[in-house]
Amino acid sequence: MRIRKIIPTALFIVLLCVPLAMRRLSAHRQETGSYGMSFRESARESGIDFKHASPHLDRKLDHIMQQVASMGAAVSIVDFDKDGFDDIYVTNSGEGSKNALYRNQGDGTFRDVAEEVGLADVNQPGTGVSTGAVWGDYDNDGYEDVLIYKWGKPELYHNDGGKHFTRVTEQAGLPGWVNANTAIWLDYDNDGKLDLFLGGYYPEGVDLWHLKDTKMMPDSFEYANNGGRKYLFHNLGNGKFEEVSEKLGIHSNRWALAAVAADLRGTGYPDLFIANDYGVSELYFNDQGHGFREVGKQTGVGYAPKSGMTAAVGDVLNQGNFGIYVSNISEEGVLVQGNNLWMPKAGTSGDGLKYENLANAMGVELGGWSFGAQFGDLNNDGLMDLYVVNGNVSLDRNRTYWYDYSKVAGGNAAIISDAANWPPLNGRSLSGYQQKRVWINDGAGQFREVSQFVGVTDVYDGRSIALADFDNNGALDAVVANQNGPLLLYKNTVSPANQWVEFELKGTRSNRSAIGTQVTLYWNGQRQIQEVSGGSGFCAQNQRRLHFGLGKATQVDRVEIRWPSGKIQNLSAPALNQIHKIEEPS
Amino acid sequence: MTPGITANATAVADSAKSKPSALARFFSIENRYLPPMLITLILLVGQVSFGLLESFPRTVLAISTSLIVESILSRLVMGKFVNLASAYISGISVGILCRSPEYWPFALCAAISITSKYVIRWRGRHLWNPSNFAICAMLILAPDVFTTLSIQWGNTFWPMMVVWVVGCLITWRVDRIHITGVYVASFVFFALLRGFITGHGFLAEVAPITGPMYQLFIFFMITDPKTTVRTKKGQCLVAFLIAIAEMILRLAQNIHAPYYALAIVGPLAIATEIWWTSRNKPVVLTRQSIPA
Repeated sequence: MRIRKIIPTALFIVLLCVPLAMRRLSAHRQETGSYGMSFRESARESGIDFKHASPHLDRKLDHIMQQVASMGAAVSIVDFDKDGFDDIYVTNSGEGSKNALYRNQGDGTFRDVAEEVGLADVNQPGTGVSTGAVWGDYDNDGYEDVLIYKWGKPELYHNDGGKHFTRVTEQAGLPGWVNANTAIWLDYDNDGKLDLFLGGYYPEGVDLWHLKDTKMMPDSFEYANNGGRKYLFHNLGNGKFEEVSEKLGIHSNRWALAAVAADLRGTGYPDLFIANDYGVSELYFNDQGHGFREVGKQTGVGYAPKSGMTAAVGDVLNQGNFGIYVSNISEEGVLVQGNNLWMPKAGTSGDGLKYENLANAMGVELGGWSFGAQFGDLNNDGLMDLYVVNGNVSLDRNRTYWYDYSKVAGGNAAIISDAANWPPLNGRSLSGYQQKRVWINDGAGQFREVSQFVGVTDVYDGRSIALADFDNNGALDAVVANQNGPLLLYKNTVSPANQWVEFELKGTRSNRSAIGTQVTLYWNGQRQIQEVSGGSGFCAQNQRRLHFGLGKATQVDRVEIRWPSGKIQNLSAPALNQIHKIEEPS
Repeated sequence: MTPGITANATAVADSAKSKPSALARFFSIENRYLPPMLITLILLVGQVSFGLLESFPRTVLAISTSLIVESILSRLVMGKFVNLASAYISGISVGILCRSPEYWPFALCAAISITSKYVIRWRGRHLWNPSNFAICAMLILAPDVFTTLSIQWGNTFWPMMVVWVVGCLITWRVDRIHITGVYVASFVFFALLRGFITGHGFLAEVAPITGPMYQLFIFFMITDPKTTVRTKKGQCLVAFLIAIAEMILRLAQNIHAPYYALAIVGPLAIATEIWWTSRNKPVVLTRQSIPA
């Protein structure tokens, strides 16, 4: 009789101790050690002194202004003057504020030349404010042009020989107003001319500075379908673009925050992944450039609605295919969505491709209120690592808005969609002051969070991150744009024992920027695939060059380059620790 | 969240003087599988309408754990296997109401829920609603990986109506709709009061109760006959007190106010009733008094 009482009681006590045991186990995994790299924040000493400012929207939103106006800090990398060193373009979002173009002077310092080249004063009142910028050579003249997207009027600037930029928005035929939070360049039909995807967040009929009413918020926290429309601009080749989204099958009014294009199925055409806030992600398969099919549910990525805020692709397991990372919200004790790492399911491919979320299994799930994320081999060990920035609104450290936020977020659509019903923020934080995540890939299916050990210690409200080798020394540096915060430049020092190689590609039959070109590297019995991207992460763009870490390899066996034109180019044993400039064979 | 149906069978059966029709029998409290079926229906509505497939394996894990733990403990403690309808409901409730990116919290929450019924008892009655206890325990012990759902079924009107209809049907059949009614009326009144106190307005304060997940709480959790008092007046008073406790917790900006309010008021009410009753009629402890 006694044993019948003791066993359930003992079991009960053991069960209550399980969370503590799991936490200790998890902490034990995060061991310290050497990771073959270290970051040092060096923006100021490099001549970068940029601080982002948020917009002041319609006064009807005053009570929740910091929460609504919580985006706009963005960074993109470009070598705009073709001097061989990557430069930094960063957006600002205050009315009348100026964007900056930090020209890399090749000696470790940068100088803001945005005013000189005509890319600074783009946030004039009445035109909206910048939320991001993406670079692509849409006219194949050899110089990277730029689309600046906004909550407002999107602007296209033509690069005049790396000396100046000319506004060509009207000639291009872009719409008058889009509340956009994402845009990417892609050549969806492989005709050699870059096309443009632009994703709306708020509906395009909403002018956030002159609201007709306050019913402009999402009508659901997880199933909202009252956001902005999507645009796909087909490049006609004469400086003009034709909007073809409806014609090609892209219909969505979800709240898009990020998009990335990559050939996920080996068809030679880029597929399109969209991470949506307040809802499920969308994946569009590209039917040979003739149309797009939404296959979110079919592939498994379109079921669980979260708060998608970034989309980045990387060959995480060196298997020659891409995983897709999507950031979401995790706040201890409140909302634990977890980030997603969508990995191709074994044995699926082509139209039957399916994904499973391995973020938890691989240790890259909990990243706070995550925004931008990028894959890159940060320590040149031959494996893709992951850098995630986070933090939503950092105000009073000791008071949180979470209770009031969750109170309304769970309510009926009629309540949640009206900003007037949202309680005032009153200086409280909402997932502020968060520790960033630098996840190092151990090559055995696990990532280790090492931010504190490698020098990433800031707690600003990170939005956009881009990776680039600014010194051409084979180490990926990180640039982080923070909302209402400074632009950070984390210079990376990597162990010289690890080898690397980079490829700078130039299309001839394909688009000049080589966006969409896939490079597969074979070494030491391993292979890794990368694709030149026209924008990834959250409002960000990495360096155009492809960077491969090689660990302690002594040679690369083979390199296969598949150009968007369909041309396959093979290189054998390229020299290590060099940047290789490759032109598409005619 | 053991619904108030199974344990109320006797009362309803006694009131059934004439022979009921097949439909009436199906929707009768005598049909112990009705609650599991209805709650499964609610889950399926959410599944079909909003595609909750990613959480489906976790729900299955929670249900399986509940069934296994219930089977083992009932055999061990009572010497027999009990009907598993109640454990199924506990499991499915954990599967619906819990949210975690990991699998183990679902299994653990379900296991704590069932085990608590056998361990935390006083004079033959368990004090806490098992699912409520387990959820509160997990919120306190594992906040880094565990939270509750509040918004999973969207914010649209018709899923809310489905839950309202099913919920009203069940609580009416088991003669518990007065509990829900008192609680809802109290919540709305206190929302008005909170709106006045906080200055946030009535709609902001009443918003939580318009979400479908919250309604699972008011229809199925606070009406659990095993964990509420036995008189109708007492049940109404307890529902009102839960609403008061919730208001206080909400004013303190506690995100999980309803769960904690029930966890605080429920045991106190039952303990008070046990003490009050025992003054006149001592309770005899038997193995058979262990709940199903």
